Amino acid sequence: MNDRAACDPFDVPSAAHALELSHVVKRYGEITAVNGLDLVVPEGRCVGLLGPNGAGKSTTMRMLTAQTIADEGQITVLGHELPGDSKAARARMGVVPQLDNLDTTLTVEQNLVVFSHLYRVPKAKRKAAIERVLRIANLGQRRDSKVDELSGGMRRRLLIGRSLIHQPQLVLLDEPTVGLDPQVRQELWALIDLLRSEGVSILMSTHYIEEAERLCDSVTIVSHGSAVAVGAPTELVAEHAGRDAVEIYGSPERLVEVEAEMAKEGFPTRRTGTSIAVLGLDDADGRAPAGERRPANLEDVFVLLTGEEIA
Amino acid sequence: MSTAELEERDPGRLERTAIGGVLVREIINFSSYWRSTTFSSTVEPTIYLLAFGFGFGSLVSVVGGYDYIDFVATGTVATAVLFSSIFPAMFGTFIKYKFQHTYDAILAAPVDTEELVTGEALWLAMRASVYGCAPLLVGLVFGLDPSWGMLAVPAINFVAGYGWACTGVAIAGWLKGIENFNYVTSAVITPLFLVAGTFFPLTGLPGWVQALAQLNPLFHCVQLVRHAAFGWEGWADVWNFAFLIIFGLLMWRVAIAAMERKLID
Repeated sequence: MNDRAACDPFDVPSAAHALELSHVVKRYGEITAVNGLDLVVPEGRCVGLLGPNGAGKSTTMRMLTAQTIADEGQITVLGHELPGDSKAARARMGVVPQLDNLDTTLTVEQNLVVFSHLYRVPKAKRKAAIERVLRIANLGQRRDSKVDELSGGMRRRLLIGRSLIHQPQLVLLDEPTVGLDPQVRQELWALIDLLRSEGVSILMSTHYIEEAERLCDSVTIVSHGSAVAVGAPTELVAEHAGRDAVEIYGSPERLVEVEAEMAKEGFPTRRTGTSIAVLGLDDADGRAPAGERRPANLEDVFVLLTGEEIA
Repeated sequence: MSTAELEERDPGRLERTAIGGVLVREIINFSSYWRSTTFSSTVEPTIYLLAFGFGFGSLVSVVGGYDYIDFVATGTVATAVLFSSIFPAMFGTFIKYKFQHTYDAILAAPVDTEELVTGEALWLAMRASVYGCAPLLVGLVFGLDPSWGMLAVPAINFVAGYGWACTGVAIAGWLKGIENFNYVTSAVITPLFLVAGTFFPLTGLPGWVQALAQLNPLFHCVQLVRHAAFGWEGWADVWNFAFLIIFGLLMWRVAIAAMERKLID
């Protein structure tokens, strides 16, 4: 019961979970990619899986479609136990992969026709399903264009639209905006927000903090294959970083000194690359260091909890 | 909603809808590259047929009791089936796996590896069934006598093509890099291709080679096509056909096992 509470900030009964992982472990030889991960997506919510590269996000995503089989733990998707019942779960789930795997010599519409068959949309409803996706993805004008001729943003929209062809109850988005420019990213956020407003449950892995802050009702921060924090973005910031952060600038040597001083004072810090951000200052009163004050954010929490060295 | 019907029953194994979805993908993709594939799959065996038929045909006019051009025309049917199934299976599978990530997309849908392999092999078998008739049609133009038995050739091609397609998928699933395909082509496919009674009867070869040829599916395919054109040989042909079916079923399971190992970790 305690475990449940720990990974479920919404306190929703488990029957209403679109997706639930408990104590999931996946090893590759010596390497443990996922190490006792707990994760819950309540129905109709958007949950972010936030973590640095190599934290086990992609392995987790593959386990949800049974393309990777967990060594230990339990995975339930839309009421189906994986990996045994994975096919029934996949029929009601849409997946947006990190790597574009559209058929590039086919047109936009042909790609959707193929997926309407793979996802078993009944013959009588196929045409309407394809029109619906073209509308959602805003690709009606480009229906006869070959995928090769589309811009990066259009391809991503098609990739997301393709996953909606069968009106899934749950959508998995694996780094949906990786490598795209800010304009295209905003366009995709609007699309994901639309899904959210329609009540689709969403699990989204990302390492863009802003993406998680804007779109997710809750985030699970993962590090080295297990969850290190779970909660709504604002709660996590309040809990781990406090209201404000103070940024102290200086030479690299000075920054090392500041780090040591703050550690002595008992304040958590994190590097930003050009400065040291001092956190946890809510009860600091007069002890707060001088520097540039700004509101604390999810990135502070992320770096604080997942460590600063690049693996 | 589409998924409501699905929930009524548990999806089983080897579902028609799943295999159908894989087939639809192949057929729609084929519409974008059929010209080049059809060209190479029909022109190549035809060149073999004409080169050997007229080249050798000028030296030897009768082989095994048949006109040499008729002998080669029926023999190269099996070659056309082999080339148009095993190579697209090897390269297609590898490219879809490694470069296009197609299988990630298909396996995220309600399709299992077993259905994926079955669908792709069925499609290649259908194609090979049609392409395999090209040498026969060319042969007819150059004087091969038509016979009713020839109507069975597409079915023979289909069964043989299914086995070769599965073999190609298994090779692609088993090998780590595309450069290793050369080993298989040189060490396995070329000998199979040459010791099958396509261009010359096996009777002139040492006994042990003849015995080994009995294990070559291509040999059984050549025999069947020849007998379909020139007259059936009873139990011998039942055995030839049974051999191709066993070959197909065996390689089907081997291909599935190889791909499951590659795609699911």
